[in-house]
Formats: sequence, structure tokens, C-alpha cells
Amino acid sequence: MNEFSSWELERRAGRATIVLVVIFVVLVGAFFRAQIVEHEQFRLASNSNHLRGITLDAPRGTIVDRNNEPIAVNVPGYSIKVLAFDSLTLRTVLTKISALVPEDSINIEAVMRRWRATPYEPALVFASGETRAIATLEEHRAALPGLLIQAEPRRRYPDSTAVAHLVGYVGQVSQSELDNQKFPGTESGDIVGKMGLEVEYDSLLRGKNGLRYVEVTSKGRMVREQSATTAIEPVSGRSMATTIDLSLQRFIDSMWQADMPDKRGAMVAMTPKGEILAYYSHPGFDPNLFIGRVDPTAYRALSEDPNKPLYNRVIQGRYPPASPFKLATAAVALRRGLVTMDSRMPEACGGSYRYGSRVWKCWKKEGHGSLTLRQAIATSCDVYFYQLGLMIGADTLLKELNDMGFGSPTGIDLPQETTPDFPESIKSYIKRRGYWNNGEVLNLAIGQGADAQTLINMVSFYAALAGDGIKRTPYIIPGHSGGQTRDLRLTAEQRLGLREAMVSVVSSGTATAGLLGEKGVKELEMAGKTGSGQVSHQKDIAWFMSFAPASNPKIVVGIQVEEGVHGGLVAKYAFRTIARYLTGKTLKLEVRDSTEDLTVPPPDSIPPDTTAVRRPGGGRR
Amino acid sequence: MSRGLSRQLLVIVMLLSIYGALMIYSAGQIDFGSPNWSVHFKWIRHLEWLCVAVVAAFLVNRVSFRLLEWATPWLYGLGIVLLVVTLAIGTGSGDAASSKSWLAIGGVKLGQPVELAKLATILMLARWFSARRSPPTTLRGLFPPLMISIVPALLVLKQPDLGSAMVFGGAMFAVFFWAGVPVSLLVLLASPVISLLLAWSTALWSAWMIVLFILLLAWRPFILEAITVYLVNATMGVLAILVWNHIDKYQRARITSFINPALDPAHTAYQAIQSKVAIGSGSWLGNGFTLGPLKRTGFIPEWSTDFIFATVGEELGFVGVILALGLFLALLITLVRIARRSSDPFASIVVFGVAGLFLTHIFENIGMTISLMPITGIPLPFFSYGGSFLLATFLALGMAFRAAAEERAAGYV
Repeated sequence: MNEFSSWELERRAGRATIVLVVIFVVLVGAFFRAQIVEHEQFRLASNSNHLRGITLDAPRGTIVDRNNEPIAVNVPGYSIKVLAFDSLTLRTVLTKISALVPEDSINIEAVMRRWRATPYEPALVFASGETRAIATLEEHRAALPGLLIQAEPRRRYPDSTAVAHLVGYVGQVSQSELDNQKFPGTESGDIVGKMGLEVEYDSLLRGKNGLRYVEVTSKGRMVREQSATTAIEPVSGRSMATTIDLSLQRFIDSMWQADMPDKRGAMVAMTPKGEILAYYSHPGFDPNLFIGRVDPTAYRALSEDPNKPLYNRVIQGRYPPASPFKLATAAVALRRGLVTMDSRMPEACGGSYRYGSRVWKCWKKEGHGSLTLRQAIATSCDVYFYQLGLMIGADTLLKELNDMGFGSPTGIDLPQETTPDFPESIKSYIKRRGYWNNGEVLNLAIGQGADAQTLINMVSFYAALAGDGIKRTPYIIPGHSGGQTRDLRLTAEQRLGLREAMVSVVSSGTATAGLLGEKGVKELEMAGKTGSGQVSHQKDIAWFMSFAPASNPKIVVGIQVEEGVHGGLVAKYAFRTIARYLTGKTLKLEVRDSTEDLTVPPPDSIPPDTTAVRRPGGGRR
Repeated sequence: MSRGLSRQLLVIVMLLSIYGALMIYSAGQIDFGSPNWSVHFKWIRHLEWLCVAVVAAFLVNRVSFRLLEWATPWLYGLGIVLLVVTLAIGTGSGDAASSKSWLAIGGVKLGQPVELAKLATILMLARWFSARRSPPTTLRGLFPPLMISIVPALLVLKQPDLGSAMVFGGAMFAVFFWAGVPVSLLVLLASPVISLLLAWSTALWSAWMIVLFILLLAWRPFILEAITVYLVNATMGVLAILVWNHIDKYQRARITSFINPALDPAHTAYQAIQSKVAIGSGSWLGNGFTLGPLKRTGFIPEWSTDFIFATVGEELGFVGVILALGLFLALLITLVRIARRSSDPFASIVVFGVAGLFLTHIFENIGMTISLMPITGIPLPFFSYGGSFLLATFLALGMAFRAAAEERAAGYV
């Protein structure tokens, strides 16, 4: 075989060796490129394969009252999540979980949807697992790859219903909130405020979520915590001290629950400088119901309740302000220099007043006779204020009242405050209703007609009367800025006069009867103003605005009760609140307690004319 | 000199065996699956198989090449029969459960006959060439040895096992080259495959047809052969699409994922990407022996068999890869030198054929872990877990040791 000669073989061996070396150089080059040149890229790819970042929820800042008593706190809770690599595995695990804990029905499709949005994050199954469910799942951990039971801080409101509308509640950020960037920096699954202070101060309360890495197998099973990669510790949110006096808040709640659990209404207590001391809307709800897993039936019950417990009546409810508004009319006249506290109107009250083609009635049929402004306030005489309104004139009245803030929200640090319904000018009134009748001035002067105010706005006005005449933005967290500070431009003397008139409301006027049973009204120098607003097809809305002590007011309390019949009847609740705040104890007679025993005083404001074809103030809430 | 070659081969084989056993031990060190899973103890089974393989190598080493040459047709026939039987009653395994590559009796897997058939084919080719005074100089003359390799390759392709079929081709070309078949003939022989591979691009394929025309003019084979080669090339290009439609889905998927792994990272290319990521994360020194995170967490597919080299790259880094490649290169060069020094043409061709076989395995297996080659399920000598292949490897080495020893005995250079 001549082709097998030694030199031929040597040649072929040489060629073969060259081929071998070339092939191995190619391989070495390929490995050098992957392992050295592109190492960083592959290291990252490797990490993202076998490491999973797990969000560590930051504890929200706590919310406390002025005495450091907790309003919103965090308690330990457990969330159940599943780390998954593909939708099939996730679905299998979810099906197994729902079979293991059938009583906690899980919406597999919803979980899948959430997971698809952030596939590298564990899919949230239950935000708050119950101990029994957790024990069951822990027992079957081997059959549930990727199961993750995480200790997570959970929100808790120890005073539940008593603070519901004030503090609100939290929940998972919704898709629309994410789309609208309502909470910048949040991701799906994050907990954000949904109502009340929780949403108003969400960015401060929320804190920064942390991250830790776990090593997982290709089937999603967690192997161990990854120590090589530093976990990012969560930063808890800022704690917030409010101006709320929790004991006063609780007092109001228990008083309301005990005396008129069926009555819808609201109550606010604040200092003359605008610090909110108590903030209450009734009926309420238990905000703890919204934490973690929301029970759909409980939620439906709340949202479909005809009494609207989720409705925040302090800042969202708009009602005809009625007689308490007479102080605003009086303030306009005083600051314009049209009257003094002792001025009388041309026509004495004979039970009615004729203007235009109509007869405008006073609530007191027999009439009040000739009154000074001081007396008119004490007796809440309608005829006096009809004439005062006409004296001011429609243009001026609307302009000045708007200047005092009756057409604007207060800017309180709570979300979704409603703007009061108040015409800006005659022009805007016509634009909206299509006509103007100068008789509307008579309505507006007594707080009826095209006027619907929120309780918070009315209380702010009274706080300004009680204080230095400056209407400030009410606030719950000190340092809140927003809204507009408005000077009522009343002299100290004028304010003193109005306060004295309000003292007579309590001592000898429309509120006297309602406060008969209460002890200490005089000692505490209580000043107030009753009112009954008209809402057609409903009983009257009762108002009572008050402060004390009149010589140096420390607390302003406003109460509004839907279908409360008469302001005088609810005056005692305001008084008890004031007494509680000023003396630290409940001052009230034990005997006369039930409202039915009292001589029902006449309503201080009746429809101006029952024959009137249109009453713009009616038909509206 | 030859004593030196024997010792050199022995040292390299020992080092590779130790390296491979260590990697199979590492393959058992994982964080998933139940703790008593068989993979944890695979390294023990591997050592058992290694003992069996070494004993088998010693036995083969005692057999003279004359006896081997005499037995070759029988061995080849046995190999073909076993492949046919496997095709009839074979079973699948692991990832390729649908393919028929295992011979089992009563559910007990005996082995993969293809490993025996590879060696038998090399022996048969060596016997055919060594019996001739000179190698064929025409394509027609190459027909018989072509058939010797194509028959088992087709049987294997039918299992279907694309990778092993490729190995037959690699070994065949090595034998042809060593037997002295002119390079021009080898190129013409390979031309239909080149045409097939280039068929996906009309421009490239057209260019190849022009190059082939020039080559045919330059090399001047018989006119009939030239026309045949040219026609076959043309047909291959045209038929490529038909062939494409004919081959199995998994083969097609592997080819597409080789061309562009990013196309379908979840399925076909998953293996290629995971393997390359594991290797790339290794850097110079790797993540440490047994500590490769992707291996430990089960992201590397077939990590104890076909893709074990990905673990080498992940755990021991570039240095570990260089060490393994260096040992493999040394092994192959030593085998070439043994073939070169062998005084017996049959032995010489066998040893060179074995080197070709090993090279195909090594290049294809390591190449696929780093996406240089398409993914085919062929094992890496000394590293991949698997009894049949280990046995075949050591049988081949036993013959190489014999060749190295005989050369010395002959005292002929």
C-alpha cells in the first residue's frame, strides 16, 4: 500500500494536526468570547434566571392623634404569593391552593392577570392569609412549588368606625390608578391610600419597598435566600401626628351611636385657628374591612346601603345652610358698614314680609316685633334678614359672600372635598337657571335658595367669627397649606357683638329649649346658632354651630343632622362635645335625656311662601 | 518513542477520566428534585461503568489486530442487526423519549447499539481500505466504503438520532483522508451536503454551484462522475425544501434554533441559551466546583449527559475549559501520532478513525454548548454520563493502546 508510505503518513498527520489545532482554537475563541468578553452580560442573564427579587413591603407610617394615641397602626400579617416561571405552572399551583383552602375562594384569573403584568415578581394570591390557611399551605409546601408565605405589615385602625371617614383606608393600587400615575413610583400590588388621610398623605406615609433575592430552581421552587446579593431594606413611611383629639372623637362617636344611631349626619370640632379636633360622619364603616382581602359581600353591603356609609358628609355633603347662614348675611352688612349690632330694619316683624307679588313668612307667625340685629340673630327672625338682604343688594351680597369663601372648598387636607353650591354672581345664576328674580335675595339672606354648603365650610366660617376674624384652611396634619385664607374684615367690636348675639341664642333664643337639660351651658359661656334647612321631600336638616367660651373661644363645634327636625334639638350634642373638651368630662343631667320629653320648639325657619311656584333652594341636596 | 506514546496516552486518559468523574459527581450536587434522586449517586454508577470499561479495554488490548480484522465483518453485521432490532423494538429515554435509541429487554435498558455500530463501521472501513494496494481515485471506486458508513448512518437517522448519524460521517471522512483518498474527491463527496446546507439562500447556493463547476474543471474527474456530482448538488439544492418538510419537527426546531436561538427562547432554543448563559457566567475561574448556580437550580438541560460541558464552563470557568480542551487536543494529537507510527495499515486506519470519531463527538458536543453547532444529543467522551458510550470509548482506546504497543514490537518506523 504505497499510500501508506512513511512520508505520506507524515504529511497527512501534519495536515490532520493543523486541522485539529484550528478546530480547538475556534472552540477556545468561542469560550473566551462568552466567558471573558461577554461575561458581564451572561452573569446578569444567569442571575435573572435563578434569582428572583421579592418585594419587601415597607411599613406605612403610623397616624397618631395630638396625644400620640394611635389612629392607624401596623400589625404583623401574612401574604401568600407564588413564584412562577410560566403561566402553566402558576395555574397548576393556584388550582392546588384553591383545592387546599376552598373556603378562601381565589380568583385564579385575576391572579394570573396580575402576574402577567409583572412576571418576574411573585404572584399575589392572598394579601392576608388566615392562620389556618397558612398552616394548611405550609403543610403541603412540597406539592406547591414557588409558594411564598411572607410576613408583611398590615394596616389596622384600632378605633374602626369612629375614625373611618377621617383616616380612610388602604388597598392595593388599582390598574387605573397605575395608568393615571395617581401614585407615582408605585407598582402593581403596592398598597396605597384609598380614602381619607391615607390617600391625602399617601406619598409620605407609604415609604420605600425593599427587595431581597431568593434562589429558585427552574421549576420555581425556592432554594435559599441569596446571601451574595445584598437585600435592600424597606424604608418605613413617615409617621404623622394629627391635630385630632382621639378621646373627643371617640366621645362623639359613642354619643351618636347611643342617642341617634339611625340619624345620618356629621360633626366637626376645631379650634378657631382651624385645627381639626374631631371629624365625624355618620353612619360610618369599619375601615379594617378593606385591609387585605376585601369580602365582596361586605363591600357590596356598604356601597349599596341607602344610608351611604361610605359618603363623607363633612366635606362631601352639601345642604341648605339655613339660619346659621344669617350670621354670614349679618357679617356682610357689618363689614359694609350698612348696620351696627343695634340697627333696626324699616319694617318690624309682623310674622311676614311682602316683597314683589309674594308674601314672605317669618317662622314665627305672631311676629317678633321691632328688633335690633343682635335680637334678630338671637330669635333668628326671618323678616329682619329679608330686609337686611334687600338692603345689601343682590350683587353685593353674592360678591361679599363669595369673598368670604362660601363658593369655594376650604382646602382641608382630605381628598374629594366638594365645592359648595353658591352662585358666583347674578350672571352665573341666570346662566344656570335661565332667570333671575330679585326675591332670591330674600332666600339667600336666610340661607335658603341657591345655596348648599358643606359642614366643614360652615364650621370654618364660625371658627373665624370665634377667632380673629380670619377664615383659615382647616387642617388635620399641622403644616398643611392649601385653600385660601380669607379675612372677614370685621372689627373686633363687630365680632364681639356677633358672639354676644350667639350667646343669647343659647341663653334666651332658639337653642334654649334644646339645652334645657344640660348643665353648665352658662358656665362654659356657650355661643351658638341653630338652623333647619329645607330639603323637599325630606324632613328638615338640623344645624347647630357653636363655640365656647364666648369670651375667649377655644373650640368650635358644628353639627348637621339629616332629618334632624330642628337645630335646637341637636344643640345638646354640640354642647356635650364642647363640655367634654373644655372640662374633660361629660356634663349632662341624668333625668331629662330623651328628646321626646322636651317641648318641641317651633322651627326657626319655615318655607318663605308655601304658595311659591318655584323654590330654587328645594329639590336639591 | 512508542513507549512514550503509550504512557502519554495513558496519562491523558487517566486525567480525562478523573476530570469527567469529578464533573459527574458535581452533576449530582443540585438543589432540586427529591434528595434520594438517582442523580446524586450517578457518579458511583459512573465509576462502576468506568471499571467495566477499563476491564473491557484490557481485554480488547489482548486481541491482535489480525483477529480483529478477521472478526470485523461479523462485528459490523452484528452492529447492523442490532440497529435494525433497535429500530423495531427500541425505546426512548429522557428528553428524547419518543425516539428509539435504546435496546431494552423486559424494560431493562441494555444500551445504545449505535455506540457499538460506530466502532464496527470504523473497523469495516479500515478493513476495506487496508486490503487495497492503493485507495480509489474515482468516486465510483469510493462507492463500497460509502455504503459501509451510510447504511448504519441511515438506520440511526431513522431512530431518529441526527447527531449520531453525523458522527458516522465524521468518522468516515477521517478514514477516507487517512487512507489516502485525494482531498478533491473528499470535497466532491461532501459537496451535496454543502449544497444542502446552503440551499436556504439562493445567492449562496448559486455561488456554490459556480465554485463547484470550477472545481470540477480543475480536478477533472471522469465526465460521468462530474455530471453526477453536479446533478446531485443541483437536486440537493432543489430538494432541500422537500427534505426540510420531511424531517422530524424536533430536528427542524433544532436547526432553526441553531440558526437563530433568540427566535423561540422558551422552547427549542431554551437549551442553547441556558447552556451559553451558564458558560458565560463562569468568567476566568467559574463559580466554584459543584457550585454552579444554574446547574444547581436545574436551568441547564441534560446537565449530566449532553450538556455536562456547560457545567464545566459554569463552575470551573475559562481555566477549566482550557484544561479540558487541552486534554482533548492532546488526546487527539496522540492518537494521530499513534496512527502515524503504526506499522500496520489496518491498525493505523482504525486508530485514526477513532480519532475522527472522538473529534466529531468533542467538537459537536462542546460546540453545541456554546451555540457553535446545532443541538444534537451526542455525548462528550469521558464527561457525559452513559454506560454504552463509556464502554465504546474505552474499547476504542484499548485498540489504540494495542496499536501503540505493536508499533514498538515491530521496531519499524
